[in-house]
Amino acid sequence: MVEPILDVKNVTKRFAFNNETVTALANANLTIQKGEFVCLIGPSGCGKSTLLRMVAGFETASEGELLMWTKPVQGPGPDRGMVFQDYGLFPWLTVTKNIGFGPAARGRPAKEVKETARRFVEMVGLTRFADAFPHQLSGGMKQRVAIARVLANEAEVVLMDEPFGALDAMTRERLQAELLEIWEAQKLTVLFVTHAIEEAIVLADRVVVMSPGPGRIVADERIDIPRPRDPTSPEFNELRRRLSGLLAGHH
Amino acid sequence: MTQQPAWRGPALAAAFPLLALVAWHFATSGRAYSLIPPPWEVWLELRDLAVGGIYDDAFSETLGTHALASMSRAYGGFGLAALVALPLGMLIGRVEIIRAMLDPTLQLLRPVPVTAWLPLAMIVFGLGPRSAFFLVFLGAFYPILINTIFGVRSVEPRLFEAAAMLGVSPSATFAKVVLPASLPSIFTGLRLGLGLSWVVIVVGEMTGVQTGLGAIIMEARQLSRTDIVICGMAVIGVLGFASDKLIMLFGQWLLRWSPQHG
Repeated sequence: MVEPILDVKNVTKRFAFNNETVTALANANLTIQKGEFVCLIGPSGCGKSTLLRMVAGFETASEGELLMWTKPVQGPGPDRGMVFQDYGLFPWLTVTKNIGFGPAARGRPAKEVKETARRFVEMVGLTRFADAFPHQLSGGMKQRVAIARVLANEAEVVLMDEPFGALDAMTRERLQAELLEIWEAQKLTVLFVTHAIEEAIVLADRVVVMSPGPGRIVADERIDIPRPRDPTSPEFNELRRRLSGLLAGHH
Repeated sequence: MTQQPAWRGPALAAAFPLLALVAWHFATSGRAYSLIPPPWEVWLELRDLAVGGIYDDAFSETLGTHALASMSRAYGGFGLAALVALPLGMLIGRVEIIRAMLDPTLQLLRPVPVTAWLPLAMIVFGLGPRSAFFLVFLGAFYPILINTIFGVRSVEPRLFEAAAMLGVSPSATFAKVVLPASLPSIFTGLRLGLGLSWVVIVVGEMTGVQTGLGAIIMEARQLSRTDIVICGMAVIGVLGFASDKLIMLFGQWLLRWSPQHG
């Protein structure tokens, strides 16, 4: 068997909250192969964001271990790029500078940074807005910048925390399609948190269903419907019904 | 909505002072014993103060010297305050042990008005420009310090996460994230500090200093030269206004990325 790019082994996360210990995630196991598109889905409190943030290195596991290419995750790093729901762009930098931020921070030569930034600005279709500041962009454009900046930084794994949750339906659909295109072309590995079943089925190779109280993984479904997937097709609806059942059954 | 003509703003802004000027004129001119001189006399005096050739008394052609003296003290004190308050504010904001050590003392001294320091300043620095300089320093110091502390402490936590996952080392985080993110607050502090410098310099110069706009106002008061007092006030107003406009232009350029400023 091939080495997984990400390996989550028996991970438990506890928080201290008002002198009580809350288990946000209990005994999670998950392996992800390079190139997979995996969606974590579940109601709030199921630990999906906690798991994602531990993979990102923003939180540490109370028990168990998280491995990337068999090495333990130690803090955040450019190999695991994160896309936040609230974008997290640097408001004082232009679109180009935001996208070139990672390479520049890691000390790449200025000429290379400029060229890389230009390439990724073009890839997400923002060439006309290259010199705009984040507050001048729409939500969809901001999220394109956020995606481009982790790709420009050569992230191997892209972690996405409900990235399209704040966008209107049409923009969301367009960005989903663009993300799939980029994922295929760049051979990315994506770990994508959402609470929308339909979004998970449109995007994922695998849907990992989670449940709260304490947060845990309850199912891991492979989706073999060829892309682009039609949300009105019978097999799509069949899957939607099954995932709804899984989500509802564990409340 | 109908488009407003371009001259509407300036016309409205000028209407009120023009009315006040007219009222001043009719209230004072032609009265033999008016303690307040009419506007025309003040205008003549202002020209004499600036370029001479009208009265040729002890005050003629001295305006430039006084204005320059005040400006150098105001900007000098302000610059020194910025030089101390900016790094100190960043340290207090970001380094816990320094905050624990210095913040309580600084907060305790903050309510003491600058003018209350005047007697002490005169003892320590003597009568003269150095006391005035010290007062300006003190006046500008607190707004810059407080806003710098606030700025570096209220950086959105998300930006630290974004920087960390993009590969910014902890040691580079200050320059790459904290500093630019706190610029709007820091700028607010600098602008407030500069405004206060102008207020304080005049007070500072009223205590035994030979030159400066505050000094000329005090001297003219003792000689009952109310026209010169009003000239001094007008010049302080115009210079303070111009210096605020300048720093605002600088801020608009510096913070052109910020929806609240640019």
